[in-house]
Amino acid sequence: MIFIQALLAGIYQVVQMLLVLAVAPGLVGLVRVVKARLIGRRGPPLIQPYLDLHRLLRKEVVLADNASWLFRVTPYLVFTAIWLAAALVPTFTTALALTATADLIALVALLASARFFLALAGMDVGTSFGGLGSSREMMIAALAEPAMLMVIFSIAILVRTTSLSMIVDFMLDGEVGLRISLALAAISLLMVAIAENGRIPVDNPATHLELTMVHEAMVLEYSGRHLALIEAAAMLKLALYMALIGCVFLPWGIAQPGDGPLAILIGLVTFVLKLACGAVALAVFETSIAKMRVFRYGEFLGGALLLSLLGAIFLYVSTGL
Amino acid sequence: MPSIHYDIAHMLGAVVLLMSFALLYQRRLSSIIQVFAAQSTVLAAAAAWQGYIQDAPHLYITALLALSMKAIVIPVALNRVIQKLRIERTVDTALGVGPTMIAGVSLVTLSILLVLPVTPDVTALTREDLALALSVVLLGLLTMITRRNAIGQVIGFMSLENGLILAAIGVEGMPLIVEMLVAFAVMVAFIIFGIFFFHIRERFDTLDLRTLEDFRGERR
Amino acid sequence: MAFISLCILAMLVLATVGAARPWFSHAHEVVHAGMALTCGAAAVAVLARLAANDSGVETLTLPIGLPWLHANLRLDALSAIFLLAVNLGGCLAAVFGWSYARHDAEPGRVLPVFPLFIAAMNLVLVADDAFVFLAAWEFMSLSSWLLVLATHREDETRRAAYVYLVMASFGTACLLLGFGILAGASGDYGFAAIRAHQLEPVPASFAVLLVLLGAGSKAGLVPLHVWLPLAHPAAPSHISALMSGVMTKVAIYGLMRVLFDLIGQPLWWWGAVLAVIGAVTAVVGVLHALMQDDIKKLLAYSTVENIGVIVIGLGLALVFKASGVPALAALAMTAAMLHVLNHSLFKSILFFSAGSILTATGERDLNQLGGLIHRMPATALFCLIGAAAISSLPPLNGFVAEWMLFQAVLNGPLLEQWELKIGFAVIGALLALSTALAAACFVRFYGIAFLGRARSARAEQAREVDPVMLTAIAVPAVLCLVIGVLPKLAISLIEPVNRLSVGEGMFDAGGHGGWVWLAPASAFGNSYSGFMMFMTILILTILAVYMIHRYASNRVRRSIPWGCGFTDPAPLGQYSASSFAQPIRRVFVSQLFGARDIVDMPAPGETRPARFELELRDPAWDWLFTPVVKLVGWIADKVDHLQFLTIRRYLTLMFLALVTLLVLVAVSQ
Repeated sequence: MIFIQALLAGIYQVVQMLLVLAVAPGLVGLVRVVKARLIGRRGPPLIQPYLDLHRLLRKEVVLADNASWLFRVTPYLVFTAIWLAAALVPTFTTALALTATADLIALVALLASARFFLALAGMDVGTSFGGLGSSREMMIAALAEPAMLMVIFSIAILVRTTSLSMIVDFMLDGEVGLRISLALAAISLLMVAIAENGRIPVDNPATHLELTMVHEAMVLEYSGRHLALIEAAAMLKLALYMALIGCVFLPWGIAQPGDGPLAILIGLVTFVLKLACGAVALAVFETSIAKMRVFRYGEFLGGALLLSLLGAIFLYVSTGL
Repeated sequence: MPSIHYDIAHMLGAVVLLMSFALLYQRRLSSIIQVFAAQSTVLAAAAAWQGYIQDAPHLYITALLALSMKAIVIPVALNRVIQKLRIERTVDTALGVGPTMIAGVSLVTLSILLVLPVTPDVTALTREDLALALSVVLLGLLTMITRRNAIGQVIGFMSLENGLILAAIGVEGMPLIVEMLVAFAVMVAFIIFGIFFFHIRERFDTLDLRTLEDFRGERR
Repeated sequence: MAFISLCILAMLVLATVGAARPWFSHAHEVVHAGMALTCGAAAVAVLARLAANDSGVETLTLPIGLPWLHANLRLDALSAIFLLAVNLGGCLAAVFGWSYARHDAEPGRVLPVFPLFIAAMNLVLVADDAFVFLAAWEFMSLSSWLLVLATHREDETRRAAYVYLVMASFGTACLLLGFGILAGASGDYGFAAIRAHQLEPVPASFAVLLVLLGAGSKAGLVPLHVWLPLAHPAAPSHISALMSGVMTKVAIYGLMRVLFDLIGQPLWWWGAVLAVIGAVTAVVGVLHALMQDDIKKLLAYSTVENIGVIVIGLGLALVFKASGVPALAALAMTAAMLHVLNHSLFKSILFFSAGSILTATGERDLNQLGGLIHRMPATALFCLIGAAAISSLPPLNGFVAEWMLFQAVLNGPLLEQWELKIGFAVIGALLALSTALAAACFVRFYGIAFLGRARSARAEQAREVDPVMLTAIAVPAVLCLVIGVLPKLAISLIEPVNRLSVGEGMFDAGGHGGWVWLAPASAFGNSYSGFMMFMTILILTILAVYMIHRYASNRVRRSIPWGCGFTDPAPLGQYSASSFAQPIRRVFVSQLFGARDIVDMPAPGETRPARFELELRDPAWDWLFTPVVKLVGWIADKVDHLQFLTIRRYLTLMFLALVTLLVLVAVSQ
């Protein structure tokens, strides 16, 4: 029995890894389509990101003369680190083989590793754009990461764990109720997610020649399969954050260990639905807001950090812990 | 008390507090007034909800008063004042946004630390309500300190009043009289401030209080 | 115990060999090889002792010192873990110094003092009475002061040495008073007697405060950190590594010996004070590190940050111990001890790398470096591991300690006091902030020094350093990876320390989880596995590389950089160290430290160059030290008058002093 469960967990884990990889480009495609429609354009087809990735993968790599080995290794490291992180977040079931490998804190650190190497790669060729992107990315991370850890702190005080599967199981039990701390944590996490994924109002994923860009400036020197991996990693990261927000704050539909095939099916369908809703919401939000000045980021993310801290503090009032 | 009662009251109180933070964060006069109107609306909702939970009809009147006066009449009037005086739309803050927000969070922490130990035997709802209300009061004061503009200070003062009302509605058996008084106090203050504005404006052509300080010879 | 004493004796002999350098041509080789062997042997001996999970105590009384007062030495688990850190660091420094110190202009200044320094640190760790402890402590301070003065011809060094001497004397004075209170009226300065003597809360608190000032000034706690970034970089690089990576740990040992052993049952607020100071130290230290352009200064400030992290761990452990939850105290203590070991490893890597850069280019200024990854590939690889480890990235060792520390912070709600519950949240936020800023700091350090294009001709012509130096960098780099992937190996060494200091081991409450999983029961069921993470990343990376190269494209073409079409031929157009730090400076530092960018842009047509200057102030100088210096100056001025009195007045003064003393005696009876 235990053996079968372990086997199932392994299978689910592989399914999840392939699933996130398969849906992540579609998610970005959906955001682009909805945004185009909202501003009155027809927009690219939904499968455009898949086609882009395919095309990039077949092209040759054009490396700068002075690019080092670090520059060539980074895309693979970044891709696998984010892929692994995305595989750790429960999407359709909590019975995952790798769930004990890393809790939420380790997940944040895994994303930090990916960022560390990407920022180094941005500085490798020695153009001013790369350094600009890296420097701003690290400034954003310096505030976004603590904010995210404080969100985790709030959740951990409430549910007494930082293991994602256990958080989902606890939230599904429905003993939590409406809590101001959770609302604050959710707002803060949304702000972090926007900043970390380089969406408007912090960064604009659609620009390539503007001084305000961050992520795109950092990866400016990449081409061919390296660029494909980095783009795929960025898409996976967006899917990861949506899955994370979904599984912590809207856990309904996720199957638990011991559930039958029907529950798994429901889990899969609700996951795709959640992502679609998230994509539409993101598109609406992005079209309705203006890009922020670079030096307002500090206030924006500092606000996120303080909100999450406030959330943690307020838990003591409401739960009387 | 069913938990849904508690949850919603808790939620509304917290939103009032969040609005106080939004007041601290905002820089444009019109948004400050909007946020204040929103805060008063939520306060009215909180009062109505408390009226329903405590089965106290007079709280509905409080809610109505808060809604009509603070959420509609005063914001509209203030907007008209701004238009009439054609004053610049952004407010000078005395402190940067970062330090102000850190100060705000520290004040909330302080009020929680103050309220929790002295109220061990009341219900969770009341102690939480008191902690929230005290935070709103302190944040209102902070808003008043950090704004250089007179309108910003008035809004801070009224947001402080909102905190007092929040405290009053949370405690069961508070008579209507108190709330009426509070409402009147606000009105009086509003009128006084209104007259005051026009006088300052007539004298100095601005609502920036630094000009007044110059006049008193405080600034060198 | 006897073996450690022999090792210390051997070091003293080596010191005399070093002093005999003018008459003995192979002194350099003998001292360095001898130190490497001695330290290595001592490290292996304590490692074996810790690995055997030996909680026993060995004592030794040496008939040295005053006739009625012998030197008492003692070896227990707490001493052993720090002896491991000291001797491992000493061994690596000796290996690195074998090659590195050949380039010294005046090796005679370092050679005799280097063994003396390590011997003094060893002696502090095995002292069993306050006399031996303080004497060894003072020896440690003075020998390191001599090492700082090794390059005394530079003005900055002389200032650094002066500030260091003042702070070290202050620290020792505080420790002396602290031990005085601890020993009480009986005046028995043996640690056994102090342990048996229970103090009242008020004198105990004073003793804690004094020890915190004394040991804290040595460890570099804010606001007593000002000497550290001046003194550590002034010494030769392998000595800097020792001072930063090891001597600060000896200070931490002094703090722990008093707080967790000698003083008995602690009060909860001592731990709270410690944790708050630690959190402030961590954030201030890393912000300073981010602003530095000098690589060795940057690393010294980063030491301040890491000491802060260790002290947070100690503070949490003390709070949990005082609140009667030893399992959680063990969790925090393990995190702090693991960070002690980790930091001595990665700080050795980083300071040795800085030394290699200095040897290869002669530059310490980040803005003159760049592109070293092409010319020093091996150093670059090991330094990358060090930089990633100090930024707490999984699956390296820095993250394991960070993870356990966060698990301890998350247990804050179990405590009773409201201040602590909320304070833990704030400390968690500051800890997270310092971690994230540390990552930014080391991206800057590594990216500017090793990546990009060379910013000066000397960086262009750099050569890889010799294999001996590389070995000294490689060994700690490999250890970082091993501890990160299999943290249980290092944690099992810490268990005896936990039993001694907080009364319970981390895994005594169950939740062992084999050698792959790190799942202490006190971390409420949370688990982490560096091994699984490392293996998964490895397998996935190999898979991705294989799939892409097999089925997609594997063609590469070299070309000039794209740079959005802006090809800038001059390497000065790259991001520099100051420009990289600019966003963080604007967000965090401008209000805290009063940082100001002064840009002097000439009008069109003018021929003078544009200038950019950065003004940084340390509030600790402005608010604490400058007023104290002024006060001391004022008092000195007043006292100066005493030199010019007549004999009659001198006699009057003495007479008054005598009468006052007699009155005091009369009143106190």
